[in-house]
Amino acid sequence: MEKVLTSKELRKGMKARVATVEEGEDPCTRLMELGLIPGTEFSVTKVAPLGDPIEIEMRGYKLCLRRTETECLRFVELP
Amino acid sequence: MSNSLKTPVPAGRPKTHKPTIALVGNPNAGKTSLFNALTGARQKIGNYPGVTVEKISGDFTHEGDTFEVIDVPGLYSMTPVSNDETVAVKVLEGDPEPPKLVVYVLDASNLERNLFLFSQLAETHTNVVVALTLTDVLDKEGARLDLAKLSSHLGCEVVPVIAHKGIGVEALKEAMARALASPDELELDVGFPKVVMDAADRVVDHMNRRGVALGRREARCVLLDEQCTTSERFRGIPELWAVIEEERQTVLGASGQGRTLDAQARYAWAAKVKKDSITPPVERRRSGTEKIDYFLTHRVFGLLFFLGVMYAVFQSIYTLAGPLMDVIDAGKSAVADFVRPMLDGTPVLQSLVVDGIIEGVGSVIIFLPQIIILFFFISVLEGTGYLARAAFLMDRLLGWCGLNGRAFIPLLSSFACAIPGVMSARVMPDERSRIMTVLVAPLMSCSARLPVYVLLIGAVIEPRYGAAWAGFSLFAMHFVGLAVAIPVVLILNKGVFKGKRLPFMLELPKYQWPRWRDVFLTITSRAKVFLVTAGTIIFAMSVLIWALLYFPRGDNPRYEREYSSLSAARQETVSLEQFQELRQREESILGRFGKAIEPAFAPAGFDWRLTTAILAAFPAREVVVPAMGILFGTGGDVDEADEGLVSAIQRSQWPDGRPLMTPWTAMSLMVFFALCCQCMATLAAIKRETNSWKWAAFAFVYMTTLAYVFSVAIQQIGRLVS
Repeated sequence: MEKVLTSKELRKGMKARVATVEEGEDPCTRLMELGLIPGTEFSVTKVAPLGDPIEIEMRGYKLCLRRTETECLRFVELP
Repeated sequence: MSNSLKTPVPAGRPKTHKPTIALVGNPNAGKTSLFNALTGARQKIGNYPGVTVEKISGDFTHEGDTFEVIDVPGLYSMTPVSNDETVAVKVLEGDPEPPKLVVYVLDASNLERNLFLFSQLAETHTNVVVALTLTDVLDKEGARLDLAKLSSHLGCEVVPVIAHKGIGVEALKEAMARALASPDELELDVGFPKVVMDAADRVVDHMNRRGVALGRREARCVLLDEQCTTSERFRGIPELWAVIEEERQTVLGASGQGRTLDAQARYAWAAKVKKDSITPPVERRRSGTEKIDYFLTHRVFGLLFFLGVMYAVFQSIYTLAGPLMDVIDAGKSAVADFVRPMLDGTPVLQSLVVDGIIEGVGSVIIFLPQIIILFFFISVLEGTGYLARAAFLMDRLLGWCGLNGRAFIPLLSSFACAIPGVMSARVMPDERSRIMTVLVAPLMSCSARLPVYVLLIGAVIEPRYGAAWAGFSLFAMHFVGLAVAIPVVLILNKGVFKGKRLPFMLELPKYQWPRWRDVFLTITSRAKVFLVTAGTIIFAMSVLIWALLYFPRGDNPRYEREYSSLSAARQETVSLEQFQELRQREESILGRFGKAIEPAFAPAGFDWRLTTAILAAFPAREVVVPAMGILFGTGGDVDEADEGLVSAIQRSQWPDGRPLMTPWTAMSLMVFFALCCQCMATLAAIKRETNSWKWAAFAFVYMTTLAYVFSVAIQQIGRLVS
């Protein structure tokens, strides 16, 4: 069984896949509209000097998000 | 809906009626550049009713026909979260009237996400032309684009445009004219799973049998999204709702995650379109932007560079604006001197024009250089892409209390002057953060507060405690506003603003040279907005304040008798004219009011002179030093370094002989100035930016209350301690 990660555990340079999305919370619908849906693969391209926000690359574009606002997502790390 | 209430347009409408074209797309898709290329300088900036969202529209002419283009706020989806997005969706849904044509601005370098919104839009809008932007980025990366395939997938005309170079703009205009002349029928189907569409068909059948009209698309929407607007039609009717609930079960099972299904179907379609129409480069090179970003978002170099940039920006505002402000000031005096003799025969009119209008409006226009310079830097930083990096770096610092990284520029600008600070809050995409930033920006210690600090520290703190403490006090005064702003934001965030919070989202665009044309347009439009405000609201308030200080006219013979009974030493310090002016102001409406409310300010340690100076400074706090000069009897022509005023303040006493200006009173007065909203231009800017007097009034009331409470607290603590 793969280890499930939260957004707090994402590190710079890590490749990961969205495992689950918990619908219903406010920012979550928006995250899905931006392309973060189960199965989306991404890599963590930047972490701000103070640890948050982070920048991820997915679906051919890059997006900065706060770790605290992506709590409805779970990830699995990709090799 | 609102259309049905309107009187129908008479047949054979005049040919002058311009068809409206809505420019729609994701944020950063190049919408504004395209809008500028289409309309040039023929732009109108207004506000959508009731919200702070700006309505930007403009005209262009093509082969003799004039068209109106609306630059709709950037959207990520048709499910709005913020007010800006709600406005955008409303425009598309036909409020006040449906656009005749939608130009969808599609970022070729970010096709998948840009197609998500397109897939939603194309379900309700049939007349669409796609303007494909940023194809030059694809070329640079070495990707190949198949325009014909893209166009056939999207089912409408696709015109590649590189707006800032003018490439494709004419072709787009032609495509727009064609689409307006013969509207196309666009029916996009992204291919939802069969199980969803079968269930939707069953719901449609069921509803139709019961005589309820329902489309397939609406049925799908209801099944996948409980919040769908169509759901409201059925929620109140238990037997119909039960049917929907049952089918929802069939489609979604126990998870109930319909939006996930919806997004997955759309993104699957988008990914397929992208795969078919773009051939990716053989190898992906590390782009120049990534190399630059390695340093500019680095945890050490990035922060150092950021501090350097900010220092350079504000240092240049300070040094460049100064001489220009002097020029405007000289111009103001010249105009006053020119006008004054022409009105010699009518003293009331002369005073109204010279002291009221020229002085009032002039003292606001003096901020124009700061605004122009600040917006020059903001639009250059935005144009290069660095502004987004600054927000990325600063977000954590500002985010914890409810602001976000983008608030950095407005707040920092406000240390120079709150007016450009408030105006630059528009860099924030959502209304909630924007209003919050606008409301706390005036708490930052602007340069107009400096003279008060220098005067009081020089008169009271430095002689007693030495230069080190004087320097520290000056430094501390600049932090008072910042420190108070944090709890204010926390309270606003929890108490005043309710409802949905927009997640912080930010894209770091590719670095590029700023487009000077866009920089120029930004500066001119901001300057115009500011001057219009100065010419209307501030003009009116100047006249009001002038009247309150001018009427009733004083009793000059009586003042002269009073003057002659003064001691000779006193007469040395103040001339008859100054004394008459002082007494007249004292007995003016505003002066009487100052005396009347003196008891209210007594707990803060202010006598009627300080109280009146504070009242006189409400339109603009710069006035306070000259006002104190008048009130303390050294004449209005003083500055904060004036020896006479410093010693007059040091010697001033209450009627019972107690010294007026104790260190505690000085501190209390400085804190009052630090927190109080004494600037009608800022209030006018808040009104302009929030599109409501409500927020201007709110800012005024909360800041003035805080100022009063804090200064009373300081004075009372001082009394207990000593």
